[in-house]
Amino acid sequence: MNITQLPIIKEIYGFLGRDLTAAVTGILIILVFVPLNSAFLVWLERKVAGHIQLRPGPMEVGPHGILQTLIDAVKLMGKEMITPKLADKFLFWLAPIIIIIPAIVCFVVIPFSPMMQVREMNVGILLIFSFSSLTVLSILMGGWASNNKYALIGAVRAVAQNVAYEIPLLLSTMSIIIMTNSFKMSEITAAQSGVWFIFYQPVAAIIFFISTTAETNRAPFDLVEAESELVSGFHTEYTGMRFALFFLAEYTNMFIAASMGAVLFFGGWHGPFFPGLIWFMVKVYILIFVIIWVRWTFPRLRFDQLMNFAWKFMIPAALLNLMVTAVLLKVL
Amino acid sequence: MLNIKTIDDTTINERVYQLNLGPQHPSTHGVLHLLMKLDGEVVVEAEPIVGYSHRGHEKMAENRIWEQFLPNTSRIDYLSGLIYNHGYCMAVEKLCGIEVPERAEYIRVITSELNRISSHLLGIMAFVMDIGAFTPFLYGWDDREHVLDLLERVAGSRLTYCYNRFGGVRNDIDREFCDGTRRFIDRLRGRFSDYHNLITENIIFIKRTRGIGIITEDTALDFGVTGPTLRGSGVGYDVRKNEPYSVYPEFDFEIPVRKEGDVMARYQVRMAEMEQSMNIIEQALDGLPQGPIRSKVPLFIDPPAGDCYFAFESARGAVGYYIVSDGTRIPYRIKVRTPSFSNLFVLTRILPGNFIADCIATLGSIDVVVPEIDR
Repeated sequence: MNITQLPIIKEIYGFLGRDLTAAVTGILIILVFVPLNSAFLVWLERKVAGHIQLRPGPMEVGPHGILQTLIDAVKLMGKEMITPKLADKFLFWLAPIIIIIPAIVCFVVIPFSPMMQVREMNVGILLIFSFSSLTVLSILMGGWASNNKYALIGAVRAVAQNVAYEIPLLLSTMSIIIMTNSFKMSEITAAQSGVWFIFYQPVAAIIFFISTTAETNRAPFDLVEAESELVSGFHTEYTGMRFALFFLAEYTNMFIAASMGAVLFFGGWHGPFFPGLIWFMVKVYILIFVIIWVRWTFPRLRFDQLMNFAWKFMIPAALLNLMVTAVLLKVL
Repeated sequence: MLNIKTIDDTTINERVYQLNLGPQHPSTHGVLHLLMKLDGEVVVEAEPIVGYSHRGHEKMAENRIWEQFLPNTSRIDYLSGLIYNHGYCMAVEKLCGIEVPERAEYIRVITSELNRISSHLLGIMAFVMDIGAFTPFLYGWDDREHVLDLLERVAGSRLTYCYNRFGGVRNDIDREFCDGTRRFIDRLRGRFSDYHNLITENIIFIKRTRGIGIITEDTALDFGVTGPTLRGSGVGYDVRKNEPYSVYPEFDFEIPVRKEGDVMARYQVRMAEMEQSMNIIEQALDGLPQGPIRSKVPLFIDPPAGDCYFAFESARGAVGYYIVSDGTRIPYRIKVRTPSFSNLFVLTRILPGNFIADCIATLGSIDVVVPEIDR
């Protein structure tokens, strides 16, 4: 029996109209998917890290420890949320709320399959970029409001790093936009039905990958929360669910970055035999695996080296790549 | 009186602020406290504050008999406990004129060098973790586990040993230990290529360590720095070679020296030292003489009145025991000269002008053990 034939569904459909129904269902699905996905990613990270380090990783809760993160979340919910005495109470409270908003909003335009996209927008890519820039605002707020020196240093690092790496990220994406003449995620995907863009734009793909690693504050660019230097950076003072929200946002951002990579360079949901959704998820999780793999292999860069790398190498390289693409496509 | 506020705060202004790095901090290796004045991320002044894990070992020595201080020695520097055991026994033997059978000395050298390898493995890997690579740390611990298993087999404990006795050692080593040691050495030689791939040849690691935290030869000598930190600064001083003790003169080994004096040089010296330790162990196993493992020594020793100084090389540098006896069963005074204290205070000279990240790398490369500083 088709679920859309149910009278109650028909009634809602008739009352809200097509767009609103799609939006409400989509948002509900996203709100369920985001925490579950993050929980899975945290488990995956611990598991992959474990196997890289010759140990089994979490094994106790559920088969191969798959429920470990859920239990951790339950533990974090039970924790007291401590606000430091000298903290800016309002901003301290607001920061973890703000960080989760862009993480959820970005999901709206991600095309999971030809049919599964909450809202098609002609500025989809721009929406993701503009909302993910909000993350840094929240990090700055959290770091500043904590009134802790480590948190403040972490927040200052975060601002400089995110500003620096957003430029090569945008420039490398622009070379794809020039090729497709569209900001729509679905059209970019559709343009890759034959050949993936990574074969046309290998330089852009590498720059994109490095920049997103830096944007999501993952190792070797995790200076924002560099454990051995800054204890845990901007969220040093956060406890309980507030800390969990930062954690949730980090892994959700990682998923968004990987799905952007899959859409821009690996053909999104294109692939033989299986439905689009499966291909999309496989590509995204492979990219996430690579990010995790990198984290557990490389040491951390120093702050000035990180900035030099962005301004002196990544941005010129991305600009050059964009110029070459533009000249090849539009002039010749 | 312990004066905590040693850096004057007159220069603290809008730009310069004070940061207490430690005593609770992930990369201060215990309870080290670095009081730093920072301008942004650049260190203006730094001062290590010690004393958080003072246990009064030297005073304890004055309240117990000579034998009872043996377990204390391995708790001074818990990462190279056997070497301290060895040194203390040799100091007392020197004072009393006790002869030690050759086989016992060979066993002492083998276990000491195994202990040195385990200490260096931990030191290097903790340092690499400070730089941000977590995985090599656990690989290092995997290798260290084998050393600890071997030492557990002969000494009975894994970290705080009490294996050496006046006039010899407690247990004889058996064939299985010798074979296991050889297997371990083969394994570790193979692992070195992994380490070089993962760490030494990693571009980020090189960038983080080359030319960072340079201790010049003069600074090192001014502060009385010893051990791998000194040898990384171009001075080839090692007590095992320069003032030979035990049976070290019988072995053919080199003292690795690096001229650069930076973080990388100290790392490379430690890596090379592990290889030399493996050479020593192999030679000792090959030439292991038969015979007793302990000479006839009374149950309780009564050293003659007098004093003696005995220096030896631990994993971190030159250690000295100055022991004074008034002819009774209880030591009159035992003074321990530990290397980490001198090594640590070089930081006041070399940290200013560096980034926080480099401070952490430099601190890690010096490889201090805080309880050893405080004793």
